[in-house]
Amino acid sequence: MSRFITIFVSLAVINNFILVRFLGLCSFFGVSKKLSDALSMGLAVTLVMVVAAVVTWLINHSVLIPFGVEYMNIIIFILVIASLVQMVELYIKRTNMTLYNAFGIYLPLITVNCAVLGITLINASENYSIAESIVAALGGGVGYAIVLIIMSGIREKLELTDPPKSMRGLPVAFLTAMLLGLAFFGFGGMV
Amino acid sequence: MVRFWRELIKGVVISNPVFALVLGLCPTLAVSTSLDNALGMTAGVLFVLLGSNIIISLIRKAVPNIVRIPVFIVVIATFVTVINLLFHAYVPSLYESLGIYLPLIVVNCIVLGRAEAFASKNPISSSIADAIGITIGFALALIIISFFRALLGTGNISVLGRNLFSFPGLTKDPIVLFILPSGAFLVIALLLALFRWTGVMKE
Repeated sequence: MSRFITIFVSLAVINNFILVRFLGLCSFFGVSKKLSDALSMGLAVTLVMVVAAVVTWLINHSVLIPFGVEYMNIIIFILVIASLVQMVELYIKRTNMTLYNAFGIYLPLITVNCAVLGITLINASENYSIAESIVAALGGGVGYAIVLIIMSGIREKLELTDPPKSMRGLPVAFLTAMLLGLAFFGFGGMV
Repeated sequence: MVRFWRELIKGVVISNPVFALVLGLCPTLAVSTSLDNALGMTAGVLFVLLGSNIIISLIRKAVPNIVRIPVFIVVIATFVTVINLLFHAYVPSLYESLGIYLPLIVVNCIVLGRAEAFASKNPISSSIADAIGITIGFALALIIISFFRALLGTGNISVLGRNLFSFPGLTKDPIVLFILPSGAFLVIALLLALFRWTGVMKE
Protein backbone atom coordinates (compact mmCIF):
# COMPACT_ATOMS: atom_id res chain seq x y z
CA MET A 1 0.00 0.00 0.00
CA SER A 2 2.74 2.45 0.97
CA ARG A 3 4.37 1.84 -2.41
CA PHE A 4 1.19 3.02 -4.15
CA ILE A 5 1.05 6.14 -1.98
CA THR A 6 4.72 6.83 -2.76
CA ILE A 7 4.14 6.54 -6.51
CA PHE A 8 1.01 8.68 -6.35
CA VAL A 9 2.53 11.50 -4.29
CA SER A 10 5.76 11.42 -6.25
CA LEU A 11 3.99 11.86 -9.60
CA ALA A 12 1.28 14.22 -8.37
CA VAL A 13 3.36 16.82 -6.54
CA ILE A 14 7.09 16.08 -6.31
CA ASN A 15 7.70 15.29 -9.97
CA ASN A 16 4.69 17.28 -11.06
CA PHE A 17 4.04 16.74 -14.76
CA ILE A 18 3.75 20.42 -15.63
CA LEU A 19 6.06 22.23 -13.25
CA VAL A 20 8.91 19.76 -12.91
CA ARG A 21 8.78 17.51 -15.97
CA PHE A 22 7.40 20.15 -18.37
CA LEU A 23 4.91 17.69 -19.90
CA GLY A 24 1.74 19.10 -21.42
CA LEU A 25 2.92 22.71 -21.41
CA CYS A 26 1.15 23.71 -24.64
CA SER A 27 -2.25 22.86 -23.23
CA PHE A 28 -1.20 24.30 -19.88
CA PHE A 29 -0.72 27.80 -21.27
CA GLY A 30 -3.51 27.47 -23.83
CA VAL A 31 -6.31 26.26 -21.56
CA SER A 32 -5.48 27.97 -18.26
CA LYS A 33 -7.28 31.22 -19.04
CA LYS A 34 -10.66 30.19 -17.62
CA LEU A 35 -11.35 28.13 -14.51
CA SER A 36 -14.20 26.12 -16.09
CA ASP A 37 -12.07 25.15 -19.10
CA ALA A 38 -9.22 24.14 -16.81
CA LEU A 39 -11.56 21.85 -14.85
CA SER A 40 -12.82 20.04 -17.98
CA MET A 41 -9.32 19.75 -19.42
CA GLY A 42 -7.85 18.39 -16.17
CA LEU A 43 -10.64 15.82 -15.95
CA ALA A 44 -10.33 14.78 -19.60
CA VAL A 45 -6.54 14.39 -19.44
CA THR A 46 -6.71 12.35 -16.23
CA LEU A 47 -9.35 10.07 -17.74
CA VAL A 48 -7.40 9.49 -20.96
CA MET A 49 -4.15 8.97 -19.02
CA VAL A 50 -5.62 6.23 -16.84
CA VAL A 51 -7.27 4.41 -19.77
CA ALA A 52 -4.12 4.78 -21.88
CA ALA A 53 -1.98 3.43 -19.03
CA VAL A 54 -4.14 0.29 -18.77
CA VAL A 55 -4.33 -0.37 -22.52
CA THR A 56 -0.65 0.28 -23.24
CA TRP A 57 0.35 -1.92 -20.25
CA LEU A 58 -1.72 -4.78 -21.67
CA ILE A 59 -0.25 -4.33 -25.15
CA ASN A 60 3.29 -3.93 -23.84
CA HIS A 61 3.14 -7.08 -21.70
CA SER A 62 1.08 -9.31 -23.98
CA VAL A 63 2.47 -8.35 -27.39
CA LEU A 64 5.62 -6.21 -27.40
CA ILE A 65 7.66 -7.94 -24.66
CA PRO A 66 6.82 -11.60 -25.61
CA PHE A 67 7.77 -10.91 -29.22
CA GLY A 68 10.85 -8.89 -28.23
CA VAL A 69 9.87 -5.73 -30.11
CA GLU A 70 9.85 -3.21 -27.25
CA TYR A 71 11.62 -0.70 -29.49
CA MET A 72 8.33 -0.35 -31.40
CA ASN A 73 6.64 1.08 -28.31
CA ILE A 74 6.69 4.73 -29.46
CA ILE A 75 4.75 4.01 -32.67
CA ILE A 76 2.34 1.57 -31.02
CA PHE A 77 1.66 3.80 -27.99
CA ILE A 78 0.92 6.91 -30.03
CA LEU A 79 -1.48 4.96 -32.26
CA VAL A 80 -3.20 3.46 -29.21
CA ILE A 81 -3.57 6.92 -27.67
CA ALA A 82 -4.91 8.45 -30.88
CA SER A 83 -7.55 5.74 -31.28
CA LEU A 84 -8.38 5.77 -27.56
CA VAL A 85 -9.06 9.50 -27.66
CA GLN A 86 -11.41 8.96 -30.61
CA MET A 87 -13.24 6.17 -28.76
CA VAL A 88 -13.56 8.16 -25.54
CA GLU A 89 -14.88 11.06 -27.59
CA LEU A 90 -17.51 8.87 -29.31
CA TYR A 91 -18.52 7.25 -26.01
CA ILE A 92 -18.99 10.58 -24.24
CA LYS A 93 -20.89 11.95 -27.24
CA ARG A 94 -23.31 9.00 -27.07
CA THR A 95 -23.82 8.93 -23.31
CA ASN A 96 -23.44 12.46 -21.98
CA MET A 97 -23.99 15.37 -24.33
CA THR A 98 -23.46 18.07 -21.68
CA LEU A 99 -20.04 16.65 -20.78
CA TYR A 100 -19.20 16.37 -24.48
CA ASN A 101 -20.04 20.04 -25.02
CA ALA A 102 -18.01 20.99 -21.94
CA PHE A 103 -14.91 19.22 -23.34
CA GLY A 104 -15.37 20.76 -26.78
CA ILE A 105 -12.15 21.08 -28.78
CA TYR A 106 -9.90 19.93 -25.92
CA LEU A 107 -10.73 16.25 -26.15
CA PRO A 108 -9.27 15.63 -29.65
CA LEU A 109 -6.23 17.76 -28.75
CA ILE A 110 -5.29 15.34 -25.94
CA THR A 111 -3.75 13.02 -28.56
CA VAL A 112 -0.79 15.37 -28.92
CA ASN A 113 -0.53 16.13 -25.20
CA CYS A 114 2.94 15.05 -24.07
CA ALA A 115 1.58 14.11 -20.64
CA VAL A 116 -0.38 11.13 -22.02
CA LEU A 117 2.42 9.67 -24.13
CA GLY A 118 4.76 10.59 -21.27
CA ILE A 119 2.98 8.49 -18.65
CA THR A 120 2.85 5.42 -20.92
CA LEU A 121 6.59 5.70 -21.63
CA ILE A 122 7.37 6.26 -17.93
CA ASN A 123 5.31 3.19 -16.99
CA ALA A 124 7.12 1.11 -19.61
CA SER A 125 10.60 2.28 -18.60
CA GLU A 126 9.98 1.91 -14.84
CA ASN A 127 8.57 -1.61 -15.37
CA TYR A 128 5.48 -0.87 -13.27
CA SER A 129 2.88 -3.59 -12.65
CA ILE A 130 -0.64 -2.91 -13.90
CA ALA A 131 -1.83 -1.62 -10.51
CA GLU A 132 1.23 0.61 -10.19
CA SER A 133 0.67 1.91 -13.72
CA ILE A 134 -2.91 2.90 -12.88
CA VAL A 135 -1.81 4.65 -9.68
CA ALA A 136 0.99 6.43 -11.56
CA ALA A 137 -1.41 7.61 -14.28
CA LEU A 138 -3.89 8.79 -11.64
CA GLY A 139 -1.12 10.63 -9.80
CA GLY A 140 0.16 12.27 -12.96
CA GLY A 141 -3.35 13.27 -14.02
CA VAL A 142 -4.29 14.67 -10.61
CA GLY A 143 -1.03 16.63 -10.46
CA TYR A 144 -1.70 18.03 -13.94
CA ALA A 145 -5.28 18.98 -13.02
CA ILE A 146 -4.30 20.63 -9.71
CA VAL A 147 -1.66 22.85 -11.31
CA LEU A 148 -3.93 23.69 -14.25
CA ILE A 149 -6.75 24.72 -11.91
CA ILE A 150 -4.48 26.78 -9.60
CA MET A 151 -2.96 28.50 -12.63
CA SER A 152 -6.34 29.33 -14.19
CA GLY A 153 -7.51 30.84 -10.91
CA ILE A 154 -4.42 33.04 -10.79
CA ARG A 155 -4.70 34.02 -14.46
CA GLU A 156 -8.33 35.08 -14.04
CA LYS A 157 -7.08 37.55 -11.41
CA LEU A 158 -4.09 38.53 -13.55
CA GLU A 159 -6.45 39.74 -16.27
CA LEU A 160 -7.48 42.55 -13.96
CA THR A 161 -3.95 43.74 -13.24
CA ASP A 162 -1.85 46.13 -15.29
CA PRO A 163 1.64 44.73 -15.95
CA PRO A 164 4.17 46.53 -18.23
CA LYS A 165 3.20 46.25 -21.90
CA SER A 166 5.93 43.82 -22.93
CA MET A 167 5.14 41.51 -20.00
CA ARG A 168 1.46 41.12 -20.84
CA GLY A 169 0.09 37.71 -21.75
CA LEU A 170 2.60 34.89 -21.96
CA PRO A 171 5.65 36.37 -20.17
CA VAL A 172 3.66 37.06 -17.03
CA ALA A 173 2.11 33.58 -17.29
CA PHE A 174 5.61 32.08 -17.41
CA LEU A 175 6.60 34.10 -14.33
CA THR A 176 3.51 32.79 -12.52
CA ALA A 177 4.50 29.27 -13.50
CA MET A 178 7.97 29.90 -12.09
CA LEU A 179 6.57 30.98 -8.71
CA LEU A 180 4.21 27.97 -8.68
CA GLY A 181 7.18 25.75 -9.50
CA LEU A 182 9.14 27.15 -6.57
CA ALA A 183 6.17 26.48 -4.29
CA PHE A 184 5.95 22.88 -5.52
CA PHE A 185 9.72 22.53 -5.05
CA GLY A 186 8.98 22.60 -1.34
CA PHE A 187 7.35 19.14 -1.64
CA GLY A 188 10.75 17.77 -2.66
CA GLY A 189 11.70 16.40 0.74
CA MET A 190 8.44 14.50 1.30
CA VAL A 191 9.29 11.05 -0.07
CA MET B 1 17.09 29.31 -54.89
CA VAL B 2 15.77 32.64 -53.62
CA ARG B 3 12.67 30.84 -52.44
CA PHE B 4 14.86 28.30 -50.60
CA TRP B 5 16.67 31.02 -48.62
CA ARG B 6 13.45 32.90 -47.95
CA GLU B 7 11.81 29.82 -46.38
CA LEU B 8 14.99 29.18 -44.39
CA ILE B 9 15.26 32.68 -42.93
CA LYS B 10 11.53 32.82 -42.23
CA GLY B 11 11.88 29.82 -39.91
CA VAL B 12 14.79 31.33 -38.00
CA VAL B 13 13.45 34.79 -37.26
CA ILE B 14 9.89 35.66 -38.23
CA SER B 15 8.27 32.39 -37.24
CA ASN B 16 10.86 31.23 -34.72
CA PRO B 17 9.13 28.16 -33.27
CA VAL B 18 9.94 28.91 -29.64
CA PHE B 19 9.98 32.70 -29.24
CA ALA B 20 7.43 33.76 -31.87
CA LEU B 21 5.03 30.81 -32.06
CA VAL B 22 5.68 29.46 -28.52
CA LEU B 23 5.57 25.86 -29.72
CA GLY B 24 7.45 22.79 -28.53
CA LEU B 25 7.92 24.09 -25.02
CA CYS B 26 8.23 20.72 -23.27
CA PRO B 27 11.63 19.76 -24.73
CA THR B 28 12.86 23.37 -24.86
CA LEU B 29 12.44 23.92 -21.15
CA ALA B 30 13.27 20.41 -20.01
CA VAL B 31 16.58 19.82 -21.78
CA SER B 32 17.96 23.36 -21.51
CA THR B 33 20.04 22.61 -18.42
CA SER B 34 23.27 22.27 -20.42
CA LEU B 35 24.53 23.16 -23.89
CA ASP B 36 25.28 19.49 -24.62
CA ASN B 37 21.67 18.53 -24.03
CA ALA B 38 20.54 21.44 -26.18
CA LEU B 39 22.76 20.35 -29.07
CA GLY B 40 21.67 16.71 -28.73
CA MET B 41 18.01 17.68 -28.79
CA THR B 42 18.63 19.87 -31.84
CA ALA B 43 20.23 16.94 -33.65
CA GLY B 44 17.22 14.77 -32.81
CA VAL B 45 14.71 17.38 -33.97
CA LEU B 46 16.71 18.09 -37.16
CA PHE B 47 16.73 14.41 -38.11
CA VAL B 48 13.02 13.89 -37.40
CA LEU B 49 11.83 17.16 -38.94
CA LEU B 50 13.95 16.77 -42.08
CA GLY B 51 12.91 13.15 -42.55
CA SER B 52 9.23 13.71 -41.91
CA ASN B 53 9.07 16.88 -44.03
CA ILE B 54 10.71 15.08 -46.99
CA ILE B 55 8.49 11.98 -46.75
CA ILE B 56 5.28 13.93 -46.18
CA SER B 57 6.08 16.31 -49.02
CA LEU B 58 6.64 13.29 -51.30
CA ILE B 59 3.41 11.52 -50.36
CA ARG B 60 1.28 14.64 -50.00
CA LYS B 61 -0.73 13.95 -53.16
CA ALA B 62 -1.31 10.27 -52.38
CA VAL B 63 -2.67 10.67 -48.85
CA PRO B 64 -6.44 11.19 -48.59
CA ASN B 65 -7.26 14.33 -46.66
CA ILE B 66 -9.35 12.60 -44.02
CA VAL B 67 -6.58 10.28 -42.72
CA ARG B 68 -3.69 12.70 -43.11
CA ILE B 69 -3.05 13.35 -39.40
CA PRO B 70 -2.68 9.63 -38.45
CA VAL B 71 -0.42 9.13 -41.48
CA PHE B 72 1.76 12.09 -40.45
CA ILE B 73 1.98 10.78 -36.89
CA VAL B 74 3.09 7.32 -38.06
CA VAL B 75 5.76 8.86 -40.34
CA ILE B 76 7.03 11.05 -37.49
CA ALA B 77 6.94 8.18 -34.97
CA THR B 78 9.00 6.04 -37.36
CA PHE B 79 11.75 8.66 -37.57
CA VAL B 80 11.65 9.16 -33.81
CA THR B 81 12.10 5.41 -33.28
CA VAL B 82 15.10 5.45 -35.62
CA ILE B 83 16.80 8.39 -33.90
CA ASN B 84 16.01 6.84 -30.51
CA LEU B 85 17.81 3.62 -31.48
CA LEU B 86 20.72 5.55 -33.06
CA PHE B 87 21.24 7.67 -29.92
CA HIS B 88 20.96 4.59 -27.71
CA ALA B 89 23.65 2.82 -29.75
CA TYR B 90 26.15 5.61 -30.45
CA VAL B 91 25.75 8.29 -27.74
CA PRO B 92 24.42 6.41 -24.68
CA SER B 93 25.30 9.21 -22.23
CA LEU B 94 23.28 11.75 -24.24
CA TYR B 95 20.47 9.18 -24.57
CA GLU B 96 20.40 8.87 -20.77
CA SER B 97 20.35 12.61 -20.11
CA LEU B 98 17.66 13.36 -22.71
CA GLY B 99 15.61 10.49 -21.27
CA ILE B 100 11.90 10.63 -21.98
CA TYR B 101 12.16 13.86 -24.00
CA LEU B 102 13.75 12.13 -26.99
CA PRO B 103 10.75 9.83 -27.70
CA LEU B 104 8.45 12.75 -26.93
CA ILE B 105 9.56 14.45 -30.17
CA VAL B 106 6.59 12.48 -31.59
CA VAL B 107 4.13 14.82 -29.91
CA ASN B 108 6.26 17.93 -30.36
CA CYS B 109 3.93 20.55 -31.80
CA ILE B 110 6.75 21.91 -33.99
CA VAL B 111 7.17 18.70 -35.98
CA LEU B 112 3.48 17.90 -36.45
CA GLY B 113 2.76 21.57 -37.03
CA ARG B 114 5.28 21.83 -39.89
CA ALA B 115 3.95 18.60 -41.43
CA GLU B 116 0.39 19.89 -41.37
CA ALA B 117 1.01 23.56 -42.16
CA PHE B 118 3.89 23.32 -44.62
CA ALA B 119 5.14 19.96 -45.92
CA SER B 120 1.67 18.70 -46.85
CA LYS B 121 1.17 21.67 -49.17
CA ASN B 122 4.63 22.43 -50.60
CA PRO B 123 7.19 20.78 -52.90
CA ILE B 124 10.17 18.93 -51.52
CA SER B 125 12.84 21.64 -51.91
CA SER B 126 10.97 24.27 -49.90
CA SER B 127 10.00 21.61 -47.35
CA ILE B 128 13.69 20.88 -46.79
CA ALA B 129 14.41 24.62 -46.45
CA ASP B 130 11.53 24.93 -44.02
CA ALA B 131 12.81 22.02 -41.90
CA ILE B 132 16.33 23.44 -41.76
CA GLY B 133 15.13 26.98 -40.98
CA ILE B 134 12.76 25.86 -38.24
CA THR B 135 15.47 23.66 -36.69
CA ILE B 136 17.97 26.54 -36.70
CA GLY B 137 15.35 28.74 -35.03
CA PHE B 138 14.65 26.02 -32.47
CA ALA B 139 18.39 25.49 -31.88
CA LEU B 140 18.97 29.20 -31.43
CA ALA B 141 16.25 29.44 -28.80
CA LEU B 142 17.47 26.29 -27.05
CA ILE B 143 21.10 27.50 -27.03
CA ILE B 144 20.21 30.97 -25.70
CA ILE B 145 18.08 29.51 -22.90
CA SER B 146 20.59 26.83 -21.92
CA PHE B 147 23.45 29.33 -22.06
CA PHE B 148 21.83 31.52 -19.40
CA ARG B 149 20.68 28.55 -17.32
CA ALA B 150 24.07 26.83 -17.35
CA LEU B 151 26.03 30.04 -16.78
CA LEU B 152 23.94 31.34 -13.88
CA GLY B 153 23.02 27.95 -12.45
CA THR B 154 26.46 26.30 -12.47
CA GLY B 155 28.90 29.07 -13.39
CA ASN B 156 30.43 26.95 -16.17
CA ILE B 157 29.85 26.81 -19.89
CA SER B 158 31.07 23.55 -21.36
CA VAL B 159 30.51 21.96 -24.74
CA LEU B 160 31.24 18.28 -25.47
CA GLY B 161 33.07 17.87 -22.16
CA ARG B 162 35.41 20.81 -22.73
CA ASN B 163 35.08 23.78 -20.42
CA LEU B 164 34.85 26.93 -22.51
CA PHE B 165 34.22 29.54 -19.90
CA SER B 166 33.87 29.85 -16.14
CA PHE B 167 32.46 32.76 -14.26
CA PRO B 168 34.73 33.15 -11.20
CA GLY B 169 32.25 34.05 -8.46
CA LEU B 170 29.47 31.82 -9.74
CA THR B 171 31.31 28.48 -9.77
CA LYS B 172 31.55 28.58 -5.98
CA ASP B 173 28.11 30.03 -5.28
CA PRO B 174 25.90 29.36 -8.29
CA ILE B 175 22.34 30.69 -8.41
CA VAL B 176 20.73 27.27 -8.04
CA LEU B 177 17.30 28.60 -9.03
CA PHE B 178 18.35 28.69 -12.68
CA ILE B 179 19.19 25.01 -12.87
CA LEU B 180 15.90 24.08 -11.16
CA PRO B 181 12.83 23.60 -13.39
CA SER B 182 11.52 26.98 -12.20
CA GLY B 183 14.60 28.67 -13.64
CA ALA B 184 13.54 27.61 -17.14
CA PHE B 185 10.24 29.45 -16.73
CA LEU B 186 12.05 32.53 -15.42
CA VAL B 187 14.55 32.63 -18.30
CA ILE B 188 11.94 32.19 -21.04
CA ALA B 189 9.62 34.76 -19.41
CA LEU B 190 12.39 37.38 -19.32
CA LEU B 191 13.59 36.56 -22.86
CA LEU B 192 10.06 36.83 -24.30
CA ALA B 193 9.53 40.14 -22.50
CA LEU B 194 12.92 41.40 -23.72
CA PHE B 195 12.16 40.50 -27.36
CA ARG B 196 8.81 42.29 -27.18
CA TRP B 197 10.28 45.29 -25.39
CA THR B 198 13.03 45.77 -27.97
CA GLY B 199 10.53 45.18 -30.77
CA VAL B 200 12.42 42.24 -32.32
CA MET B 201 9.23 40.20 -32.19
CA LYS B 202 5.65 41.35 -32.37
CA GLU B 203 3.10 40.16 -29.84
